[in-house]
Amino acid sequence: MSKIKWLVPTLYIIFLMLPIYWLLNMSFKTTTEIINVYSLWPKDFTLENYVTIFTDSTWYMGYVNSITYTVFNTIISVSAALPAAYAFSRYKFLGDKHLFFWLLTNRMAPPAVFALPFFQFYSSVNLFDTHIAIALSHCLFNIPLAVWILEGFMSAVPKELDETAYVDGYSFGRFFFKIFIPTIAAGIGITMFFCFMFSWVELLLAKTLTATIAKPIAAIMTRTSSTSGYELGLLAAAGSLTIIPGAVVIYFVRNYIAKGFAMGRV
Amino acid sequence: MNKTLNQKAWYFVIPVFVLVAFNAAVPLMTVVNYSFQETFGSNVFAWEGTRWFKEILHSERFHASLGRQVIFTFIILLIQLPLGIGIALTMPKKGWGVPVCLILMSMPLLIPWNVVGAMWNIFALPDIGFLGNSLNSIGFDYNFTQQSGDAWFTTILMDVWHWTSLVVLLSYAGLNSIQPAYYQAAEIDGASRWDIFRYIELPKMKKVLTLAILLRFMDSFMIYTEPFVLTGGGPGNATNFLSLDLVKMALGQFDLGPAAAMSLIYFLIVLLICWIFYTIMMKDEGRA
Repeated sequence: MSKIKWLVPTLYIIFLMLPIYWLLNMSFKTTTEIINVYSLWPKDFTLENYVTIFTDSTWYMGYVNSITYTVFNTIISVSAALPAAYAFSRYKFLGDKHLFFWLLTNRMAPPAVFALPFFQFYSSVNLFDTHIAIALSHCLFNIPLAVWILEGFMSAVPKELDETAYVDGYSFGRFFFKIFIPTIAAGIGITMFFCFMFSWVELLLAKTLTATIAKPIAAIMTRTSSTSGYELGLLAAAGSLTIIPGAVVIYFVRNYIAKGFAMGRV
Repeated sequence: MNKTLNQKAWYFVIPVFVLVAFNAAVPLMTVVNYSFQETFGSNVFAWEGTRWFKEILHSERFHASLGRQVIFTFIILLIQLPLGIGIALTMPKKGWGVPVCLILMSMPLLIPWNVVGAMWNIFALPDIGFLGNSLNSIGFDYNFTQQSGDAWFTTILMDVWHWTSLVVLLSYAGLNSIQPAYYQAAEIDGASRWDIFRYIELPKMKKVLTLAILLRFMDSFMIYTEPFVLTGGGPGNATNFLSLDLVKMALGQFDLGPAAAMSLIYFLIVLLICWIFYTIMMKDEGRA
């Protein structure tokens, strides 16, 4: 039994890697080769697609834009969610349960529903086509998630920790930043991972709220495909590059996941 | 945990409340406004009352896309949850395999959704795609752009590829939070593998699984970008899920009134299901 146990994750990883390999494979081909020849590896290996992306500012600025608003959003979401999650995990207050559920309902609103009103709303407050607009709009689904995850981690920390600190003469602020935040560092890491993830991959709102200046890479890819025919090689290269930021982020949080968390009293 | 009553806790919640309300209130009110009106272009609106709601609730088009949506979400949950838990149970617990598994498995989660759709489109094309070409060369008549069965198969396979890792990561983290003492005790008691899973592992994973189930339910019910890029809702209307249909109505035909009414009905359905789930979960919490 335990001898063949490694087989399950291995097969799963192979399944996951196949489409990614196919994308990489195509990114090193010319568009003509992609369309005319079916081959498991590039016959006519070229870096042309990547050169185009790194030398054309309309391409590489897409990555800069996407990373910018994703980082903004992660910072805003986590810093706003920290005190709120603390309140939910430690105190009872008027309407706490309703408020918690109301927050969750915003995670449930289909972005397709909100796309058009968002466009009108952000245009009317003069934030259209700015990074901050996307970062703020993504708060709609990331803040509820951040509060939820952080609340889980905070509930796992016994209240005695708070009480001991106050007895030792800590003020609330010093306790929160010096003791509490380091205690739930893993939770903050995991929350940042989720916020980064959902903001990085979202396209509908990001595309609706931008025109040129803050356009995300994913939207630039859709534009290129419609104006100049399907430049498959270029699209594959651009797609392959979108995997990198995520891979970097997961590298940093891997240990938090490996150590395990239960999001609540253990 | 016994929480203390403290109304000042509201101050801690204000930033979150303001940020979310800023995003939610105005757009939601806009949708509500549209849902009761008829648009004639150039910002001319006429009051329509509940006409759109009645029309949508009785329209076959809505029933069809809702039906497809429910079936899709149900299949997705049915595949991804057991598969995700199963993979998490078989993953290595220490050594070099851990980071390798975690990093490789997370990759699909971190690819922008339209790239996922485009990637699977190319991967599944019958002539130049690996999946399509392989299936055809071993004798299957596979073409996801022509046959609705194949389109469903591809969309589901894509979603399994895309999201199962979320269940894996959360279950794995939940499993690793269990102290070795529990397993030792179970061994002494002579518990079977199933007993260990049922009475130790599953209860310890409850919270992370709740998060996984709710996230998977919400996101698969709201799925838009990936099928839009992969199949565009086709062939015909075969994979025309709720969000796709909604956007077609709102932006394609510019029927803002009916689209808004449909949005609200859609939102209420998600809300209702989550509320039921949430209430059951909270009740359990109270007993524990």
